[in-house]
Amino acid sequence: MISQSRQHTLLEAIGEDPSRKVHIPQGPSYLTNPPGTTFWQAVGSWMFTLDHKRIGVMYLCGVMFAFLLGGIYAGLVRVELWNGTPGFLGESLQQAQNNYNQAFTLHGAIMTFLFIIPSIPAALGNIFLPMMLGAKDVAFPRMNLASFYLWCTGAVFFVATLLTSGLDTGWTFYTPYSTTTSTSVILATLGVFILGFSSIFTGLNFVVTVNTMRPKGMTWFKMPLFLWGIYSTAIIQVLATPVLAITLVLLVCERTLGIGIFDPAKGGDPVLFQHFFWFYSHPAVYIMILPGMAVISEVIPVYSRKHIFGYTFIAYSSVAIALLGFLVWGHHMFTSTESALAAVIFSALTFTVSIPSAIKVFNWLTTMYKGAIHFNAAMCYALAFMFLFTIGGLTGLFLGALSVDIHLHDTYFVVAHFHYVMMGGTLIAFLAGLHHWWPKMFGVMYNEFWARIACLLVFVGFNLTFFPQFILGTQGMPRRYAAYKEEFQFLHQLSTTGYFVLGTGLFLAAAVLIISLFKGKKAPDNPWGAATLEWKCCSPPTHHNFEVQPWTGSPYVYDDFVYDPDAEGYVEVLPDLQRDAKPAEAPAAPATT
Amino acid sequence: MHPAPLLNVFDTPLPLAAFGIDWFRDAASTQAAKVDTLYFWILAICIVFFVLIVGLMIVFMARYAARPGHVEEHTSHHNNALEAAWSIFPGFLTVGIFWFGFLGYLDLRTPPDNAYEIQVVAKKWNWSFVYPSGYIDSNLHVPADRPVKLIMSSDDVLHSLFIPAFRVKMDVVPGRYSKLWFEATTPTESFDEAIEAKDTRGDVNGYDLFCTEYCGEGHSAMIAKVIVHESEAAFEKWLVEADVIELDSSPVELGQKLWLQRGCKQCHSIDGKKGTGPSWQGTFGTEQDMTKGDPIEVDENYIRKSILEPMADIRAGYKGVMPSYKGQIKEAEIAALIWFIKSLKEGEEVPATWEEAGGVPGQETEEEAAEGEAPADEAEPAAEAPAEDAAPAKEPAKAA
Repeated sequence: MISQSRQHTLLEAIGEDPSRKVHIPQGPSYLTNPPGTTFWQAVGSWMFTLDHKRIGVMYLCGVMFAFLLGGIYAGLVRVELWNGTPGFLGESLQQAQNNYNQAFTLHGAIMTFLFIIPSIPAALGNIFLPMMLGAKDVAFPRMNLASFYLWCTGAVFFVATLLTSGLDTGWTFYTPYSTTTSTSVILATLGVFILGFSSIFTGLNFVVTVNTMRPKGMTWFKMPLFLWGIYSTAIIQVLATPVLAITLVLLVCERTLGIGIFDPAKGGDPVLFQHFFWFYSHPAVYIMILPGMAVISEVIPVYSRKHIFGYTFIAYSSVAIALLGFLVWGHHMFTSTESALAAVIFSALTFTVSIPSAIKVFNWLTTMYKGAIHFNAAMCYALAFMFLFTIGGLTGLFLGALSVDIHLHDTYFVVAHFHYVMMGGTLIAFLAGLHHWWPKMFGVMYNEFWARIACLLVFVGFNLTFFPQFILGTQGMPRRYAAYKEEFQFLHQLSTTGYFVLGTGLFLAAAVLIISLFKGKKAPDNPWGAATLEWKCCSPPTHHNFEVQPWTGSPYVYDDFVYDPDAEGYVEVLPDLQRDAKPAEAPAAPATT
Repeated sequence: MHPAPLLNVFDTPLPLAAFGIDWFRDAASTQAAKVDTLYFWILAICIVFFVLIVGLMIVFMARYAARPGHVEEHTSHHNNALEAAWSIFPGFLTVGIFWFGFLGYLDLRTPPDNAYEIQVVAKKWNWSFVYPSGYIDSNLHVPADRPVKLIMSSDDVLHSLFIPAFRVKMDVVPGRYSKLWFEATTPTESFDEAIEAKDTRGDVNGYDLFCTEYCGEGHSAMIAKVIVHESEAAFEKWLVEADVIELDSSPVELGQKLWLQRGCKQCHSIDGKKGTGPSWQGTFGTEQDMTKGDPIEVDENYIRKSILEPMADIRAGYKGVMPSYKGQIKEAEIAALIWFIKSLKEGEEVPATWEEAGGVPGQETEEEAAEGEAPADEAEPAAEAPAEDAAPAKEPAKAA
């Protein structure tokens, strides 16, 4: 990790006086039960736990299962598209089309509602939000458990959909198709409805936790940026999700009772559904990406050994994205017969969102400037994130520009764009966070070498899968086609090949992490020398995280952490009074060494 | 061709051409060049920013990699001037992109007054293009160098009409009319080829026309062609010939053409294979179970009713997804379809000419036309299609 000479300098500087190193008391880990617990007691202790970390771990298992399921459906879609003529998913065109439509619908719906939206906030957020606050738990532990079981219930509805007549509406449930198809629309919408409650519960819990449980000394602008990201996300979850719930209730009423709110024959309007739907689902895009950005804001400074650059701009940009995200839903409807005036206004507003996103990228980049960059797996994922998110963000400019969007709308260009943002952004950030926090969560170190190989495969596979789709879209290949014209075949085959490389990378990453649980070396309390509070408890943490309230310093000043070869990790050196008296921000002039 | 002046900058240097991949399809409308120009300007801006960001990232990765002897330097934690600059400068760029997108969009949304109007009816899963003469085709025929306005409506769910070569797209929404216009610049067909194209669906030489709003099972098969005629005169000539050609062929031949053209083929096979709808092979005269009520014999009445009111009696084992053709199909065409279905059953006698079939249903005879009596839409229904259970079909809506 840290250079030998620097280690010596630092250890000499502190005189290797063990009394000056912060002592982290060890206790029974949250993962274990007291000796003598029977199997069923142990199961019960997990099922009914109020410990945010255990709930987070259960969420992690759940969303990973959903991701696997969604990934399998993605594979069915990609393999079917190897040839322009149907074959893999059914012998006749009709069969293949039917199965294909169900495959892409379930891929989209499962990935969106069961994986991306809950992934970072519900799994990583649940575990690390209280710990970053130096707290014992979230504000409402029982509500937290309830939100997990709501998620499970919602997931059961989706699985029920798979077992009944499937779902073929696309994840957007556009009317009037969704009110007329014979597939299990009601089951799926009820599932999403319940998942919405889970999302609201989590968001509400996080808002209250951050508002009320910040420790003494942690003002808003001394909070780690992960908390800013999760907080902004939570606000969107609380405000936008009810709109989705209402929309889906209306959809179910339309299907069962024929109330006619979306049916033109009864004076309704099918485009109204799109307005309702995107009023939730566009902010939901930021529910997906803001936590990803938040993870990256934590990972890059730690592995660059640099204070994050432009803290306030990053913090405000999270809030700005959350607020502006509510104003741009109409850009999904430029071709939907929406009025020209509305289209122009939504286009203009859409561009405003690009600025705070750009600010974040520039700030991460500047954070790396003159740092000492450690290419740990987590950092490799963060760098991959920057690469992919840059492409994803820049291609948003094409779709915001009205006349160009008319051509690209509902083509593979859009498919590529949102996969770069949502998958290249959220999933890669999720993996970065998972690798960063893995030693803290499970108290073990994974194999760095293989984790980096997995990261490389994921990166290469991802670009191979989705970059050709930009070209396909520009050439006019529409979305959601089970069969296509011959001239698109080469690019589709590249894309399908990419899927397998990507899949291999993801399985390798999973294998590396799972093997570490059994064979991994015991993790030190602070293996990366990070300064946020979660690293100030033992790995894995005890049930109550901290014995005493940890000292709250700047989350991005790494000078107090020196590498201790005995512990194979970093130890904190108690700050002396002089440093304590310094302002939170270091002097503007660069220090010379 | 109408190359916009800025486009020339990007005419050739795209590296993809080396791999035999066209970045865009050919631009074949007046708007296309403008859209492409803005596309390539945005692409240029993106490449600059991408190279800047990823380039710096790679430089930093190389220069500041942790290694023995390398120590991080403390630099300032923020720099308001710098941060303000990199917020404001991209802000100006996006305003520029927005502005040009806005101008292009206004152009796409404002059809000229002299535009030629064609009505479009979208249904699962085919397109019907209704020309001012009342003639309906499954491919879109337009004259070159003349603005064309499409007035579009949907019979069932959302569809979206997309012509990549023209860079135009608009959703087709049930319950309202949406508009789309373009001016094609590059003809696709000679006149004879265009006449032949009438018999096939999607397989002719023309620009692709896709449905891009997911509309269910046959979404990816909802493809038609845009055939651009050399001149308005050629187009008018084609329209006249296309409209009468049906009477030159036998009822069965016309039925088969309609099967291809009017979207029947999407769901009804003629070789016995089960599709979204029942196969037509051997089905005539058989008795079939219905989802509701007693079994019904597939006779002229049932076929006619199924075309005009498909939801009335649905064959058991099939979903009720067929759209109604009421008002969009002529009596003669219904008769031709019935003859065609009859011909798919062994042992059924089919007439070789319309005379043998007892005349063209719904078609005014020469004498009647001379007397100016009996308008077509009030003519007696054909013998094969008794009117007792269905009102006479209306003539297709005439475009203004």
